[in-house]
This record gives sequence, C-alpha cells and structure tokens, in this order.
Amino acid sequence: MSVLVYTESEEGKFKKTAFEVASYAKGVAEMLGTEVTAVSFNAQSAGDLGKYGVSKVLKVNNEKLQKFNAKAYADAIKQAAEKEGSKVIILSQSANAKYLAPLLAVQLEAGYASNVVALPEGTEPLQVKRTAFTNKAFNFTKLSTDVKIIGLSKNAFGLKESQTETSEEDFSPSLAEGDFNVNVVSVDKAADKVTIADAEIVVSGGRGMKGPENWGMLEELAETLGAATACSKPVSDMGWRPHSEHVGQTGKPVAANLYIAVGISGAIQHLAGVSASKTKVVINNDPDAPFFKAADYGVVGDAFEIVPKLTEKLKEFKASNS
Amino acid sequence: MKILVCISHVPDTTSKINFSEGDTKFDTAGVQFVINPNDEFGLTRAMWFKEKQGATVDVVNVGGTETEPTLRKALAIGADTAIRVNTPATDGVYVAKQIAKVAKDGDYDLIIAGRESIDYNGGMVPGMVAGLIGANFVNTCIGLEVEGNEATAVREIDGGKETLKASLPLVVGAQKGIVQESDLKIPNMRGIMQARKKPLNVVEPVEAGTHSEAVKFEKPQPKGDIKLVDADNLDELVNLLHNEAKVI
Repeated sequence: MSVLVYTESEEGKFKKTAFEVASYAKGVAEMLGTEVTAVSFNAQSAGDLGKYGVSKVLKVNNEKLQKFNAKAYADAIKQAAEKEGSKVIILSQSANAKYLAPLLAVQLEAGYASNVVALPEGTEPLQVKRTAFTNKAFNFTKLSTDVKIIGLSKNAFGLKESQTETSEEDFSPSLAEGDFNVNVVSVDKAADKVTIADAEIVVSGGRGMKGPENWGMLEELAETLGAATACSKPVSDMGWRPHSEHVGQTGKPVAANLYIAVGISGAIQHLAGVSASKTKVVINNDPDAPFFKAADYGVVGDAFEIVPKLTEKLKEFKASNS
Repeated sequence: MKILVCISHVPDTTSKINFSEGDTKFDTAGVQFVINPNDEFGLTRAMWFKEKQGATVDVVNVGGTETEPTLRKALAIGADTAIRVNTPATDGVYVAKQIAKVAKDGDYDLIIAGRESIDYNGGMVPGMVAGLIGANFVNTCIGLEVEGNEATAVREIDGGKETLKASLPLVVGAQKGIVQESDLKIPNMRGIMQARKKPLNVVEPVEAGTHSEAVKFEKPQPKGDIKLVDADNLDELVNLLHNEAKVI
C-alpha cells in the first residue's frame, strides 16, 4: 500500500527532481499513513533517497533499459506498483516522465493529474491543485480511480529532508518484446550546458537584444550564475536562437528560482510561461513594458550597458562569497 | 497513408482567463476560440504528408456544436474530412477513449495530437490513445518522416533531442518544431469556400467513464509591487537577490 515514486537518474546518479518527488511522496505517504517505495532504473544505490523519506528502493538493473524507453519503463513501474499494492504513484514532469505517464495510466486504469503544485487537499477523495491555462490559473482536480498518478511540477514543492532507514531490493520486471517497438537511434544533447528543465536560474533574452550576435553577454551572465539561457517567441521565430530555448505558452514553461528577462517586453503568452518562476527580474529600456508589472525587481535602462555591469557585480559577489 | 489529427478547441493564447459560477466554470464570454497551437503544428505537418506523399488527412474533435467553426478552420487549412464526436470533452481519458474509437474505426496509420492543450494542459490524450489502441507512441515530437511502414521521429528531451524509429501505426504528441511557426497556413478564401462543402461528420460518443473532475479554479494571487533598482546601483540588485529573494 506504499506510495510509489519514480526516481529518475542519469548515468547512475539520481537527479535533483528525484529528491523533490521523493520529498513530496513522503508528504503524501504521511497523509495516507503509509511509507514511500522508490523505483529506480540502473542507479547504483539508494543514494540520498533515504534522506528524503524513502523507506524502500526497488532497483531495476537491466541492460535493455540503459536508454529511456517510455513503454518499457511504464511497464516496469506498473509491475512495481502491483507488487507493492501502491494506490498512489508520484512522478516528476520531466520530458521522460510526461512521456510515460499516460501509458502507465492506461495500463493501470489510473487517473492522472499533471502539473500538480501542492500536497493533496484531501485524500478521500484525492484532490490536487494543478496549474491550468498554461499557468494563467490553477485548477483543483478530483481523482476518482482506485489507482492515482500525480505528476509534480518542478520546483513546486522543493526538497524536504526526512531521514529514513532505507532498504534496497533488486526488482526484475518481466518485459515484453512489444515494450521495445520504439527505439532510440541517436541522442543529441549538449553535455556541458545547463538545461532549462534542470536550471535553478534562467537568463532570457528578447527582441531588445537586437540580434543573435549580441547573445554573448547573456551567455556570460548565465555562466556566472550557473544559469540556462532562454529566449522569447519572436527571437526563436526569427531564428536568432533555437526553438528549444523558446519559453512561453507554446514553448517551454519555466519554473526556476530566478528568471532574468532582458529586452523582453512581456507578452501575455510569455508571462504565462514563466509565471511559475519564484523571482523575476526585468531589464528593459521601456519603463512601460508589461513585464514590469509581472516582475519582482526591475532595472530601466540600456541592456547593453546593464548586463555586462551586472555580470561584473555578480562575479565580485561570487568571489567574496566563495 | 491515412492520418488522423486531433483538434482541441481552446481559448486563443492572448485570452484573459476568468471563471464563473463560483469559480467552477471557465468563463467563455468574450473569448476567441482557436485550434490548439500544438495541434495546429501537427496538422500543418499532416498537410505536408498530404502534399508530398498523397496522404489523406481527417481531423477529429470531441465536443459540442460550438467547436464546429474550429473544425471548419482545419478543413480550410486543407484537411479532407472532419469528425465531431458529439459530447462534451469531460476529462482526458474520456476524450482519449472517444478518439481511440474513431482511430480504430478509421484504421489510421498515423495519429497526430498536440502534446497538450493550452487550456487544461493535461498532456495525456496522445499517450492514452496510443495505449488504448496498442499503437506506438512518440511524445514532444519535433520532427517526423514516414517511409513505407516506418517512421523516424525526433523527440525533444530535457536539454536536447533524440531520434527514434518506430513502425506504423504511430501516435505522436506534436509541438512547435514538427513544423516551424512560419510554416503555419492562414486559410485563403478558396480554402474557406471549399471547407464549407467538405464533410463534417457528427458521430455519437461511446460509453466511457471519467477518471477525474475539475471541481474548481483559482486565479494566481496578484503580484506585489515591483522594486525598481537604478541602473547605476546594480550592487543593490545583487544585494536584493542575495538577502531578500535569497536566490543567489
């Protein structure tokens, strides 16, 4: 009856979101009076999962699952849920988790709530708060099925320590040939770049940057902060930056701790896409830009002067705080 | 190749979102409805398959008569036939079951749906349709080619992309990138005239349960006032980010 949590790892190491979903699962387990079981794929050990409240780790070690495969992973998680008699399954909202969740929901005839931002309001029935209308609103959803899947939005719950004794168990789900009908032939991923999905801080540029040749200063600011770079829709439409950096309603949502918008006026679609970020800073030469109404801190002025100066100040700050 | 594109009828991206009846219903007053942008990217790719590879393209929507103008727009863009499943789109699994029935009856090779609708953002219909009909599935699809019975799809992953191979029938969750923004077609007068004569078939729903219910809505708290920092005093901004916001 434990709460099952899918803890994602990369090259054997758990991702930060794994600890966040584990923390959340612990909160749900306490509401239900039960414990948390994690299911991991090709991770070396339980790692820090015990620190965030996981009592048991089901370790799947399988050569065929080295690369993420939505159907096979969903099949394995389903079998883990059945073995544990889990009625609530928690996963992140990474691209991979969002890929497998609906497949898992069909297999378990489970209700699925995505983009959940808080602990359930109640467990009988299970009701959760989630974002809707691409962050323009929240929606309270009641799940009426026996088994329920909750997709937790990144950075919505945070890490909560709850030191727990953890047992580890090897788990070998029986995978069908049909689980491997969609196959990865190549992966193209920049190894050294912070991704928007994982970033705590995002530095984003708009049309005010005047051209792709001016992105160097944003990249330097991002590097100083350990941040990812992003851009507004017009910038990606004009081909100044790749589509993968477009944030907003039809691009990626950003739920960072700090979002710095440079030369972005703040169209309603863009503001919706970044509204889940905790602190927003706007730098723009137009004091009437709508972004000033949506941000926490603002600097009115020429980005080409402010950004390099800010980078310098931040470097000094980092040097004196390290 | 037979393609089915799933069309959600959603508020335009510029819409202000309001609720009525004690925050339990989405207030549609003054709201313009459009084809869900993620679906439109998928539909535009389907048009490419029609032009280059002679595919037929049907579109389907689950909803009441109010969604018909949105389906007509899809026909004006170039879809051959529209199907409306005559029932409110109650929840993700209910919609997926309706589409799965249409998909099975029509024996489609390729089913394209947006990765999520921009209203409820459930992000589950394409994957559930695939699961229900036993087809292969690729989500967050930003590139798609089909040769014979074999598809090559590019999927956006966190921090990059990967290329996948799968045989048909295939369901893809589409998004921007499967075609570019500049590829989107604004229907011309000829398209609009033709769309009036194209079939829009209304079918009755299959019996299906729901798994979830949206019980109420809430608008985000209004933002507090912004703190403006002088461009010559960026030390203050660093200080605020460190000591007040505690984000650096």
